[in-house]
Amino acid sequence: MATIELAGKQFDVDEDGFIQDTAQWNDDVARAFAEQEGIVELTEEHWKVIRFLRSYYLEFGVAPMIRKLCKETGFQLKYIYQLFPTGPAKGACKLAGLPKPTGCV
Amino acid sequence: MKTLLILGAGTGGTLAANKLARRLDPREWEVVVVDRDERHLYQPGFLFIPFGQLAPADAVKPKRNFLPRGTKVIFSDIVAIEAQANRVKLTNEPRVISYDQLIIATGCEIAPEEVPGLKDGGWRKNIFDFYTLGGATALGECLRTWPGGRLVLNVAEMPIKCPIAPLEFLFLADWFFRQRGIRSKVELTLATPLAHAFTKPKAAAVLGGLLKQKGIQVVPDFALCEVDNARTTLVSYDNREVGYDLLVTIPVCKGAEVIARSGMGDELNYVETNKHTLQSRKWPNVWVIGDAGDAPTAKAGSVAHFMADVLVENFLHHVRGEPLADQFDGHANCFIESGFGKSFLIDYNYTTEPLPGLFPLPVVGPFPLLKESRLNHWGKLLFRWVYWHMLLPGRLPLPSRMSLAGKRA
Ligand SMILES: Cc1cc2nc3c(=O)[nH]c(=O)nc-3n(C[C@H](O)[C@H](O)[C@H](O)COP(=O)(O)OP(=O)(O)OC[C@H]3O[C@@H](n4cnc5c(N)ncnc54)[C@H](O)[C@@H]3O)c2cc1C
Repeated sequence: MATIELAGKQFDVDEDGFIQDTAQWNDDVARAFAEQEGIVELTEEHWKVIRFLRSYYLEFGVAPMIRKLCKETGFQLKYIYQLFPTGPAKGACKLAGLPKPTGCV
Repeated sequence: MKTLLILGAGTGGTLAANKLARRLDPREWEVVVVDRDERHLYQPGFLFIPFGQLAPADAVKPKRNFLPRGTKVIFSDIVAIEAQANRVKLTNEPRVISYDQLIIATGCEIAPEEVPGLKDGGWRKNIFDFYTLGGATALGECLRTWPGGRLVLNVAEMPIKCPIAPLEFLFLADWFFRQRGIRSKVELTLATPLAHAFTKPKAAAVLGGLLKQKGIQVVPDFALCEVDNARTTLVSYDNREVGYDLLVTIPVCKGAEVIARSGMGDELNYVETNKHTLQSRKWPNVWVIGDAGDAPTAKAGSVAHFMADVLVENFLHHVRGEPLADQFDGHANCFIESGFGKSFLIDYNYTTEPLPGLFPLPVVGPFPLLKESRLNHWGKLLFRWVYWHMLLPGRLPLPSRMSLAGKRA
């Protein structure tokens, strides 16, 4: 398994760079990932998406459907792509420290 | 007399009716089944219709033939479920049915209207689906004389039912165009919102290899934003484009409209269901089987089949006032048609991804798992017979719980 260094700490990641142990996550991890993804600054709107993804994941053990994410944050999917250029799964979920979403089953 | 009402008589509803009719005392329970369509459609057959391998008429039989004697069958649209009042409203007589226990088996359907441009231009001209009988039939007519060009298969958004069918379609298309002698004039492309060919990594690696071997291109992470009919181009949310001459679309699948009307569903009209007990998370006398629920497993007939045993046992516990004992494990299993008379077979559940080995029995099998074989292809063809004669009547002797015996992790 690969490891990466983020915010001065080592993390185990899968082949697409998602951290494996979601409990290790903190805000600095999100910031470090953001830099990797070329996001200049994490705004309140980024955090709204990240916080929703995390709380949903911690409650249900899976990433929410994209539609749920749009409804709960009030952002259109197009806008979420503007916030996270690689999209809700590869971008936002990675920043939020979720394992890679499988797109349901 | 108590009433068990079953909504939907597709795969799951028919199975539940057959299994429960055998177990419930007819002096105590009346079983009522409601569906709007008198025809039972064998949906797995839709895959073969576009390639002329199955006649549309062979995918249809009367629903009544598969429901147990003694059940009351009502053909009507369902207007609304009023779970609070334990009753359901219908468009036809008797208009209102009160129930003691309710099983929801209204399935899911493609929703092409969800994508801008999908339905308002080339629909059924150069854009087709094969998830409906009408779509599969129309696509078959188109493919017979199609001169070749760029055929793009696009999965618009997850979840879809039978997540393996898009890959099977492409494998069969490769075979079909070779038979027609025009494979060199056809470019086959899969544009998918997934990062890989399939949702489960081990199977995705095997299937991805097969796509490559057959010269089928994959455009991963493609989240469809709109279909530009004028330019015959798919545009993704991150502004990538894929041009097509013939688009085969798998739109997002949504639960039945009546679930939304009744305020019982999530964003995609799936009923909130306890994924282990198959009881509604809100109403203890409401049960959910098959594609209608939100259990995080594949939306497939095999899943509805494995669910049925768990649902029946829990239902019986519940009406006897006992605690629910049976736990559904998310078991799914399917043959994957790979073209040239061969198929794969995969078997998985909530926690274990598809593994190589043999099914259903360790060592003797006979069906090899996660491996292409002719025997699996016969299994797939035989499945149509098994579906009508053993699966729907609830007489297919396979355990609902997935077994790890004979599998190689
Ligand atoms: C192309 C294709 C290939 C497939 N291949 C496979 C395969 O190889 N293996 C496999 O296991 N599965 C396969 N499937 C999936 C499988 O067919 C479904 O998952 C299965 O039929 C689901 O059963 P169900 O009972 O949940 O829903 P359905 O069988 O779809 O039944 C739902 C029923 O509810 C009724 N209904 C809905 N709304 C209302 C209303 N308002 N009023 C009255 N009636 C209503 C409908 O008329 C329908 O009869 C395939 C599906 C497709 C489309």
